[in-house]
Amino acid sequence: MARKRILITEDSPTMRQLLVFALKRLKEVEIVEASDGMDGLRKVTSDHFDLALIDINMPVMDGLKLISLIRGEESLKEMPIIVITTEGAKEDRERALALGADEYLTKPIQANRVLQVAKSLLKIE
Amino acid sequence: MSEKKDGLFARADEVLSLFRQGAEFTHELLRENERLRRQVAAFEDQQLAASDDRQWEKLRRELLARIHSLEGEKQDVLERLRTVEAENRHFAERYLEIEEENNNLASLYVASYQLHSTLDLSEVLQIIVEIVINLIGAEIFAIYVLDEKTNAISPVAAEGRAVRDFPGFEFGAGAVGRALATGETCCAEQLASDDPSRPIVVIPLRVQERPIGAIAISKLLQQKESFTALDHELFTLLAGHAATAIFAARLYSQSERKRNTIQGFIDLLTK
Repeated sequence: MARKRILITEDSPTMRQLLVFALKRLKEVEIVEASDGMDGLRKVTSDHFDLALIDINMPVMDGLKLISLIRGEESLKEMPIIVITTEGAKEDRERALALGADEYLTKPIQANRVLQVAKSLLKIE
Repeated sequence: MSEKKDGLFARADEVLSLFRQGAEFTHELLRENERLRRQVAAFEDQQLAASDDRQWEKLRRELLARIHSLEGEKQDVLERLRTVEAENRHFAERYLEIEEENNNLASLYVASYQLHSTLDLSEVLQIIVEIVINLIGAEIFAIYVLDEKTNAISPVAAEGRAVRDFPGFEFGAGAVGRALATGETCCAEQLASDDPSRPIVVIPLRVQERPIGAIAISKLLQQKESFTALDHELFTLLAGHAATAIFAARLYSQSERKRNTIQGFIDLLTK
Protein backbone atom coordinates (compact mmCIF):
# COMPACT_ATOMS: atom_id res chain seq x y z
CA MET A 1 0.00 0.00 0.00
CA ALA A 2 1.35 3.45 -0.92
CA ARG A 3 2.11 5.83 1.93
CA LYS A 4 -0.67 8.35 2.49
CA ARG A 5 0.46 11.95 2.90
CA ILE A 6 -1.38 14.23 5.32
CA LEU A 7 -0.95 17.99 5.67
CA ILE A 8 -1.83 19.64 9.00
CA THR A 9 -2.28 23.41 8.75
CA GLU A 10 -2.68 24.78 12.27
CA ASP A 11 -1.04 27.73 14.01
CA SER A 12 -1.07 26.23 17.50
CA PRO A 13 1.97 23.97 18.11
CA THR A 14 0.00 22.23 20.88
CA MET A 15 -2.80 21.28 18.50
CA ARG A 16 -0.35 20.28 15.78
CA GLN A 17 1.47 17.96 18.16
CA LEU A 18 -1.79 16.44 19.35
CA LEU A 19 -3.01 15.88 15.77
CA VAL A 20 0.32 14.32 14.81
CA PHE A 21 0.00 12.01 17.83
CA ALA A 22 -3.50 10.96 16.77
CA LEU A 23 -2.73 10.49 13.07
CA LYS A 24 0.54 8.63 13.62
CA ARG A 25 -1.56 5.72 14.78
CA LEU A 26 -2.51 5.20 11.14
CA LYS A 27 0.10 2.96 9.61
CA GLU A 28 1.94 4.04 6.48
CA VAL A 29 1.29 7.78 6.70
CA GLU A 30 3.58 10.72 6.29
CA ILE A 31 2.56 13.89 8.11
CA VAL A 32 3.67 17.37 7.06
CA GLU A 33 2.96 20.43 9.24
CA ALA A 34 2.23 24.03 8.24
CA SER A 35 1.95 26.86 10.78
CA ASP A 36 -0.39 29.23 8.90
CA GLY A 37 -2.60 29.42 5.83
CA MET A 38 0.11 30.76 3.52
CA ASP A 39 2.55 28.05 4.61
CA GLY A 40 -0.20 25.49 4.06
CA LEU A 41 -0.95 26.82 0.56
CA ARG A 42 2.74 26.70 -0.37
CA LYS A 43 3.05 23.10 0.77
CA VAL A 44 -0.22 21.83 -0.68
CA THR A 45 0.48 23.29 -4.13
CA SER A 46 4.06 22.09 -4.33
CA ASP A 47 3.52 18.47 -3.31
CA HIS A 48 0.92 15.72 -3.38
CA PHE A 49 -1.30 15.16 -0.32
CA ASP A 50 -4.06 12.62 0.26
CA LEU A 51 -5.70 14.59 3.08
CA ALA A 52 -5.53 18.08 4.61
CA LEU A 53 -6.52 19.13 8.13
CA ILE A 54 -7.09 22.87 8.31
CA ASP A 55 -7.72 25.20 11.24
CA ILE A 56 -9.98 28.22 10.59
CA ASN A 57 -8.51 30.95 12.80
CA MET A 58 -4.90 31.36 11.70
CA PRO A 59 -2.56 34.29 11.14
CA VAL A 60 -1.41 35.44 7.66
CA MET A 61 -4.19 33.55 5.86
CA ASP A 62 -7.23 32.00 7.54
CA GLY A 63 -8.48 28.48 6.91
CA LEU A 64 -11.56 29.46 4.91
CA LYS A 65 -9.44 31.43 2.43
CA LEU A 66 -7.06 28.47 2.19
CA ILE A 67 -9.93 26.06 1.47
CA SER A 68 -11.35 28.30 -1.28
CA LEU A 69 -7.89 28.58 -2.91
CA ILE A 70 -7.37 24.82 -2.71
CA ARG A 71 -10.75 24.13 -4.31
CA GLY A 72 -9.89 26.68 -7.03
CA GLU A 73 -6.96 24.50 -8.11
CA GLU A 74 -8.06 21.86 -10.60
CA SER A 75 -5.59 19.26 -9.28
CA LEU A 76 -6.73 19.71 -5.65
CA LYS A 77 -10.50 19.60 -6.17
CA GLU A 78 -10.75 15.97 -5.00
CA MET A 79 -8.33 16.15 -2.03
CA PRO A 80 -10.33 15.53 1.18
CA ILE A 81 -10.29 18.39 3.71
CA ILE A 82 -11.08 18.20 7.43
CA VAL A 83 -11.72 21.49 9.20
CA ILE A 84 -10.67 21.63 12.87
CA THR A 85 -11.90 24.71 14.66
CA THR A 86 -13.19 26.32 17.83
CA GLU A 87 -16.14 27.77 15.87
CA GLY A 88 -19.11 25.59 16.72
CA ALA A 89 -21.90 27.68 15.20
CA LYS A 90 -24.09 26.07 12.52
CA GLU A 91 -23.44 28.87 10.02
CA ASP A 92 -19.64 28.48 10.39
CA ARG A 93 -19.97 24.80 9.66
CA GLU A 94 -22.19 25.41 6.64
CA ARG A 95 -19.81 28.07 5.28
CA ALA A 96 -16.81 25.72 5.50
CA LEU A 97 -18.69 22.82 3.93
CA ALA A 98 -20.01 25.10 1.15
CA LEU A 99 -16.44 26.16 0.37
CA GLY A 100 -15.49 22.52 -0.14
CA ALA A 101 -14.52 21.04 3.23
CA ASP A 102 -15.47 17.37 3.62
CA GLU A 103 -15.69 17.21 7.42
CA TYR A 104 -16.02 19.78 10.19
CA LEU A 105 -14.68 18.92 13.65
CA THR A 106 -14.88 21.29 16.59
CA LYS A 107 -12.39 21.75 19.43
CA PRO A 108 -11.68 20.42 21.94
CA ILE A 109 -10.93 17.57 19.59
CA GLN A 110 -11.20 13.90 20.42
CA ALA A 111 -8.25 12.03 18.97
CA ASN A 112 -10.30 8.93 18.15
CA ARG A 113 -12.88 11.01 16.23
CA VAL A 114 -10.09 12.61 14.14
CA LEU A 115 -8.65 9.17 13.51
CA GLN A 116 -12.02 7.74 12.51
CA VAL A 117 -12.77 10.60 10.06
CA ALA A 118 -9.25 10.49 8.59
CA LYS A 119 -9.51 6.72 8.06
CA SER A 120 -12.84 7.12 6.32
CA LEU A 121 -11.63 9.90 4.01
CA LEU A 122 -8.39 8.07 3.23
CA LYS A 123 -10.38 4.88 2.69
CA ILE A 124 -8.21 2.96 5.15
CA GLU A 125 -9.65 -0.10 6.92
CA MET B 1 16.82 -55.17 -31.69
CA SER B 2 16.51 -52.03 -29.55
CA GLU B 3 13.22 -51.04 -31.27
CA LYS B 4 11.80 -54.48 -30.52
CA LYS B 5 12.82 -54.05 -26.85
CA ASP B 6 11.14 -50.61 -26.64
CA GLY B 7 7.96 -52.04 -28.16
CA LEU B 8 7.90 -54.78 -25.56
CA PHE B 9 8.33 -52.30 -22.69
CA ALA B 10 5.52 -50.11 -24.05
CA ARG B 11 3.25 -53.13 -24.27
CA ALA B 12 4.16 -54.13 -20.69
CA ASP B 13 3.31 -50.57 -19.48
CA GLU B 14 -0.07 -50.75 -21.20
CA VAL B 15 -0.84 -54.11 -19.56
CA LEU B 16 0.23 -52.73 -16.15
CA SER B 17 -1.94 -49.65 -16.61
CA LEU B 18 -4.91 -51.80 -17.53
CA PHE B 19 -4.24 -53.96 -14.48
CA ARG B 20 -4.14 -50.87 -12.21
CA GLN B 21 -7.40 -49.59 -13.62
CA GLY B 22 -8.93 -53.01 -13.02
CA ALA B 23 -7.66 -52.99 -9.42
CA GLU B 24 -9.13 -49.52 -8.77
CA PHE B 25 -12.43 -50.58 -10.27
CA THR B 26 -12.46 -53.66 -8.02
CA HIS B 27 -11.79 -51.47 -4.92
CA GLU B 28 -14.64 -49.18 -5.89
CA LEU B 29 -16.95 -52.14 -6.30
CA LEU B 30 -15.93 -53.43 -2.86
CA ARG B 31 -16.60 -50.03 -1.25
CA GLU B 32 -19.99 -49.78 -2.94
CA ASN B 33 -20.78 -53.30 -1.81
CA GLU B 34 -19.92 -52.42 1.79
CA ARG B 35 -22.13 -49.30 1.64
CA LEU B 36 -25.04 -51.29 0.31
CA ARG B 37 -24.54 -53.97 2.99
CA ARG B 38 -24.79 -51.29 5.72
CA GLN B 39 -27.93 -49.90 4.13
CA VAL B 40 -29.50 -53.33 3.96
CA ALA B 41 -28.57 -54.00 7.63
CA ALA B 42 -30.12 -50.68 8.73
CA PHE B 43 -33.19 -51.41 6.64
CA GLU B 44 -33.47 -54.88 8.20
CA ASP B 45 -33.20 -53.35 11.72
CA GLN B 46 -36.01 -50.93 10.89
CA GLN B 47 -38.08 -53.77 9.40
CA LEU B 48 -37.48 -55.83 12.51
CA ALA B 49 -38.34 -52.91 14.78
CA ALA B 50 -41.50 -52.22 12.81
CA SER B 51 -42.64 -55.80 13.14
CA ASP B 52 -41.53 -56.33 16.74
CA ASP B 53 -42.91 -54.02 19.51
CA ARG B 54 -39.99 -54.72 21.83
CA GLN B 55 -37.48 -53.90 19.15
CA TRP B 56 -39.50 -50.80 18.25
CA GLU B 57 -39.53 -49.67 21.89
CA LYS B 58 -35.78 -50.27 22.15
CA LEU B 59 -35.16 -48.22 19.00
CA ARG B 60 -37.48 -45.47 20.26
CA ARG B 61 -35.66 -45.32 23.61
CA GLU B 62 -32.31 -45.17 21.86
CA LEU B 63 -33.52 -42.34 19.64
CA LEU B 64 -34.96 -40.45 22.62
CA ALA B 65 -31.71 -40.86 24.54
CA ARG B 66 -29.81 -39.57 21.51
CA ILE B 67 -32.17 -36.57 21.22
CA HIS B 68 -31.74 -35.88 24.93
CA SER B 69 -27.98 -36.07 24.65
CA LEU B 70 -27.99 -33.76 21.59
CA GLU B 71 -30.24 -31.29 23.44
CA GLY B 72 -27.74 -31.28 26.31
CA GLU B 73 -24.89 -30.69 23.89
CA LYS B 74 -26.87 -27.86 22.24
CA GLN B 75 -27.46 -26.20 25.64
CA ASP B 76 -23.79 -26.58 26.43
CA VAL B 77 -22.77 -24.99 23.11
CA LEU B 78 -25.30 -22.16 23.59
CA GLU B 79 -23.97 -21.53 27.09
CA ARG B 80 -20.40 -21.38 25.75
CA LEU B 81 -21.54 -19.04 22.97
CA ARG B 82 -23.13 -16.73 25.56
CA THR B 83 -19.92 -16.78 27.62
CA VAL B 84 -17.79 -15.98 24.56
CA GLU B 85 -20.18 -13.17 23.56
CA ALA B 86 -20.03 -11.70 27.07
CA GLU B 87 -16.23 -11.92 26.97
CA ASN B 88 -16.20 -10.21 23.55
CA ARG B 89 -18.40 -7.42 24.88
CA HIS B 90 -16.12 -7.05 27.89
CA PHE B 91 -13.02 -6.90 25.64
CA ALA B 92 -14.71 -4.35 23.33
CA GLU B 93 -15.60 -2.15 26.32
CA ARG B 94 -12.11 -2.54 27.74
CA TYR B 95 -10.63 -1.67 24.34
CA LEU B 96 -12.68 1.55 24.22
CA GLU B 97 -11.62 2.41 27.77
CA ILE B 98 -7.96 1.86 26.88
CA GLU B 99 -8.39 3.91 23.68
CA GLU B 100 -9.84 6.78 25.72
CA GLU B 101 -7.09 6.43 28.30
CA ASN B 102 -4.47 6.56 25.52
CA ASN B 103 -6.05 9.68 24.03
CA ASN B 104 -6.18 11.34 27.43
CA LEU B 105 -2.55 10.45 28.12
CA ALA B 106 -1.58 11.87 24.72
CA SER B 107 -3.35 15.16 25.57
CA LEU B 108 -1.66 15.32 28.98
CA TYR B 109 1.73 14.51 27.46
CA VAL B 110 1.36 17.19 24.78
CA ALA B 111 0.23 19.77 27.35
CA SER B 112 3.12 19.06 29.69
CA TYR B 113 5.65 18.85 26.81
CA GLN B 114 4.54 22.22 25.45
CA LEU B 115 4.51 23.91 28.89
CA HIS B 116 8.14 23.02 29.49
CA SER B 117 9.33 23.71 25.96
CA THR B 118 10.33 27.33 26.63
CA LEU B 119 11.68 29.71 29.29
CA ASP B 120 10.14 32.80 27.72
CA LEU B 121 7.28 34.04 29.94
CA SER B 122 5.14 35.37 27.07
CA GLU B 123 5.52 32.04 25.23
CA VAL B 124 4.61 30.11 28.38
CA LEU B 125 1.48 32.24 28.77
CA GLN B 126 0.62 31.69 25.08
CA ILE B 127 0.99 27.92 25.52
CA ILE B 128 -1.31 27.97 28.56
CA VAL B 129 -3.86 29.91 26.49
CA GLU B 130 -3.60 27.32 23.69
CA ILE B 131 -4.06 24.43 26.12
CA VAL B 132 -7.10 26.01 27.74
CA ILE B 133 -8.72 26.73 24.34
CA ASN B 134 -7.79 23.60 22.43
CA LEU B 135 -7.72 20.89 25.08
CA ILE B 136 -10.26 22.14 27.62
CA GLY B 137 -12.49 24.06 25.19
CA ALA B 138 -12.79 27.42 26.98
CA GLU B 139 -13.94 30.55 25.15
CA ILE B 140 -13.47 33.29 27.77
CA PHE B 141 -10.77 33.07 30.42
CA ALA B 142 -7.81 34.87 31.98
CA ILE B 143 -4.46 33.88 33.43
CA TYR B 144 -3.59 35.65 36.68
CA VAL B 145 -0.22 36.11 38.35
CA LEU B 146 0.35 36.88 42.03
CA ASP B 147 2.65 39.73 43.07
CA GLU B 148 4.14 38.37 46.28
CA LYS B 149 5.13 41.83 47.55
CA THR B 150 1.71 43.44 47.25
CA ASN B 151 -0.48 40.30 47.40
CA ALA B 152 -2.26 41.56 44.28
CA ILE B 153 -3.44 38.98 41.74
CA SER B 154 -3.55 40.56 38.27
CA PRO B 155 -4.59 39.24 34.87
CA VAL B 156 -1.62 38.94 32.48
CA ALA B 157 -3.16 37.12 29.54
CA ALA B 158 -6.73 36.57 28.40
CA GLU B 159 -8.87 35.11 25.67
CA GLY B 160 -12.38 36.12 24.58
CA ARG B 161 -12.06 39.55 26.23
CA ALA B 162 -9.31 42.12 26.70
CA VAL B 163 -7.02 41.63 29.70
CA ARG B 164 -8.22 44.94 31.19
CA ASP B 165 -11.82 43.59 31.23
CA PHE B 166 -10.86 41.03 33.88
CA PRO B 167 -10.82 42.28 37.49
CA GLY B 168 -7.84 41.99 39.81
CA PHE B 169 -8.08 40.19 43.16
CA GLU B 170 -6.43 40.30 46.56
CA PHE B 171 -4.76 37.11 47.80
CA GLY B 172 -7.39 35.30 49.92
CA ALA B 173 -10.30 37.43 48.68
CA GLY B 174 -12.76 36.92 45.84
CA ALA B 175 -13.17 33.74 43.79
CA VAL B 176 -9.62 33.76 42.43
CA GLY B 177 -7.94 34.98 45.64
CA ARG B 178 -9.65 32.33 47.77
CA ALA B 179 -8.85 29.47 45.35
CA LEU B 180 -5.20 30.53 45.25
CA ALA B 181 -5.03 30.75 49.05
CA THR B 182 -6.59 27.32 49.60
CA GLY B 183 -4.95 25.66 46.60
CA GLU B 184 -8.20 23.99 45.64
CA THR B 185 -9.65 24.05 42.13
CA CYS B 186 -13.17 25.54 42.08
CA CYS B 187 -15.53 24.16 39.47
CA ALA B 188 -19.13 25.41 39.24
CA GLU B 189 -22.05 23.52 37.71
CA GLN B 190 -22.91 26.09 35.02
CA LEU B 191 -20.94 26.41 31.76
CA ALA B 192 -20.88 30.23 31.52
CA SER B 193 -20.77 33.30 33.76
CA ASP B 194 -21.28 36.86 32.54
CA ASP B 195 -19.51 38.24 35.60
CA PRO B 196 -15.71 37.90 35.21
CA SER B 197 -15.30 38.30 38.98
CA ARG B 198 -17.28 35.06 39.43
CA PRO B 199 -15.67 32.57 37.00
CA ILE B 200 -17.05 29.05 36.55
CA VAL B 201 -13.63 27.42 37.06
CA VAL B 202 -10.61 28.66 39.00
CA ILE B 203 -7.42 26.62 38.78
CA PRO B 204 -4.88 27.79 41.35
CA LEU B 205 -1.28 27.60 40.11
CA ARG B 206 1.14 26.61 42.84
CA VAL B 207 4.69 25.30 43.00
CA GLN B 208 4.58 22.99 46.01
CA GLU B 209 2.86 25.30 48.54
CA ARG B 210 4.00 28.54 46.94
CA PRO B 211 1.14 30.39 45.16
CA ILE B 212 2.05 31.63 41.66
CA GLY B 213 -1.21 32.59 39.98
CA ALA B 214 -4.47 31.19 38.65
CA ILE B 215 -6.48 30.42 35.55
CA ALA B 216 -10.06 31.67 35.71
CA ILE B 217 -12.51 30.36 33.09
CA SER B 218 -15.72 32.35 32.55
CA LYS B 219 -17.23 30.59 29.54
CA LEU B 220 -16.82 27.38 27.59
CA LEU B 221 -17.08 26.99 23.81
CA GLN B 222 -20.69 26.55 22.70
CA GLN B 223 -20.12 22.95 21.58
CA LYS B 224 -18.65 22.00 24.97
CA GLU B 225 -21.55 20.55 26.95
CA SER B 226 -19.88 19.44 30.17
CA PHE B 227 -16.56 18.81 31.86
CA THR B 228 -15.01 15.42 31.23
CA ALA B 229 -12.61 13.30 33.25
CA LEU B 230 -9.82 14.58 30.99
CA ASP B 231 -10.71 18.19 31.86
CA HIS B 232 -10.20 17.46 35.55
CA GLU B 233 -6.88 15.75 34.75
CA LEU B 234 -5.88 18.84 32.78
CA PHE B 235 -6.87 21.12 35.68
CA THR B 236 -4.54 19.13 37.92
CA LEU B 237 -1.75 19.13 35.34
CA LEU B 238 -2.07 22.87 34.76
CA ALA B 239 -2.17 23.57 38.51
CA GLY B 240 1.30 22.08 38.86
CA HIS B 241 3.01 22.29 35.48
CA ALA B 242 1.76 25.72 34.36
CA ALA B 243 2.83 27.07 37.74
CA THR B 244 6.29 25.54 37.40
CA ALA B 245 6.61 26.84 33.82
CA ILE B 246 5.63 30.40 34.84
CA PHE B 247 7.89 30.26 37.90
CA ALA B 248 10.87 29.01 35.86
CA ALA B 249 10.31 31.57 33.10
CA ARG B 250 10.15 34.42 35.64
CA LEU B 251 13.30 33.22 37.41
CA TYR B 252 15.08 32.88 34.09
CA SER B 253 14.03 36.37 33.01
CA GLN B 254 15.21 37.82 36.40
CA SER B 255 18.53 36.00 36.19
CA GLU B 256 19.01 37.19 32.60
CA ARG B 257 18.38 40.79 33.72
CA LYS B 258 20.86 40.41 36.59
CA ARG B 259 23.41 38.81 34.30
CA ASN B 260 23.09 41.68 31.83
CA THR B 261 23.46 44.25 34.62
CA ILE B 262 26.56 42.53 36.01
CA GLN B 263 27.96 42.18 32.49
CA GLY B 264 27.35 45.92 32.01
CA PHE B 265 29.32 46.72 35.19
CA ILE B 266 32.14 44.40 34.16
CA ASP B 267 32.26 45.99 30.70
CA LEU B 268 32.33 49.44 32.33
CA LEU B 269 35.14 48.51 34.71
CA THR B 270 37.29 46.74 32.14
CA LYS B 271 37.04 49.40 29.41
